[in-house]
Amino acid sequence: MASTEEIRSGLAEIVNEITGVPAADVQLEKSFTDDLDIDSLSMIEVVVAAEEKFGVKIPEDEVKNLATVGDAVSFIEKAGA
Amino acid sequence: MSGSLNVPTQMRPARILGIGGYRPTRVVTNAEIIENIDSSDEWIRTRSGIESRRWASEEETVVAMSLAAAGKALAHAGIQAEQVDCVIVSTVTHLYQTPSAAVEIAHKLGTKHAAAFDVSAACAGFCYGLSLASDMVRAGTARHVMVIGVERLSDLTDKHDRSTAFIFADGAGAAVVGAGDDDAEQGIGPVVWGSDGEHLDHIRQKEEWREALFNDDGPRMPHLTMLGNPVFRWASYEMAKAAQQALDAAGITADQLDLFVPHQANMRITDVMAKQLKLPDTVEIARDIATQGNTSAASIPLALERMLENGQAKSGDLALIIGFGAGLVYAAQVVRIP
Repeated sequence: MASTEEIRSGLAEIVNEITGVPAADVQLEKSFTDDLDIDSLSMIEVVVAAEEKFGVKIPEDEVKNLATVGDAVSFIEKAGA
Repeated sequence: MSGSLNVPTQMRPARILGIGGYRPTRVVTNAEIIENIDSSDEWIRTRSGIESRRWASEEETVVAMSLAAAGKALAHAGIQAEQVDCVIVSTVTHLYQTPSAAVEIAHKLGTKHAAAFDVSAACAGFCYGLSLASDMVRAGTARHVMVIGVERLSDLTDKHDRSTAFIFADGAGAAVVGAGDDDAEQGIGPVVWGSDGEHLDHIRQKEEWREALFNDDGPRMPHLTMLGNPVFRWASYEMAKAAQQALDAAGITADQLDLFVPHQANMRITDVMAKQLKLPDTVEIARDIATQGNTSAASIPLALERMLENGQAKSGDLALIIGFGAGLVYAAQVVRIP
């Protein structure tokens, strides 16, 4: 089981690679849209990369509920990463 | 039982002999599009890569645009219309159930009673037509096949739908397929194709014609709708896999490829596909969508024509092409540029 911090930092690397947002900015309370300026298409890229990295499935209907980095981290945690 | 049927037993190599396109004269800017939708030039550019698109006038009909594109393809191929013995037209916007657009085009082009039919494979239509044409030439069913992708998507676009109004556009592209002299002239690789009817709802005509014509609110055009995010995911990732399969089927590696010409659906899809395919920097990538919009079945031949005109493509180059769209349907091949 990966720790919350391990998942956050893994996700931060993905966000940085796809969008160029500095990994250090990708903190749990940050909103993908409002704070990190990630649009819906980049969010799909992040989700696909996260699925691959953490070996989880993030259903399409779930993506709209992942407003913050923390939402995504806890979904990945619960999904068994 | 007596006598045996006389059928060809040898396959001939098939290749593309010529390419041509037609772009409607009217340029429609993002500024014009956002008169009808709550959006901005910047939003449209960042979400799709589209700066402007072309919409056809009344005179620029499906048939008129096709004839213009086909004429250029014939000239490029160096053959006459009489030598074309089959015309395949891929379109979803020829608004007659029958006769087909292909029959009228075959006649007006000047063929001598060429076989002619339309195919309905949406944005994969050009690659579907090309696959049929190459098999016909290989088997000897036809000597020269004119493959046309043509659309007037603006007719079926809801100008007030902020998720599609900026994307769809009009145009025609054509390719002449004929036989090469020997195996060194094999010019059309094996097709990798398929459909996925589980996702009929992803891109579709919103309602049937009867419903659009006969309802309490009065007659209206049946518009196209699209679920942008699921389509983006499918096209970017699943279609990159299909494109890779087409490379593998042809026995071509990414290093040997000169051009990547995916259906011009959205620049962001093209970017993700290219990344997934790990294409080297030496591969030129089609970006015709920037000033042409998404012209469905016409987009690949239009993009190829543009790349030939601006020097990105040259005769003999190997191009990976892939069409994908409503159905869902897809088809991919590696082809040699004429």
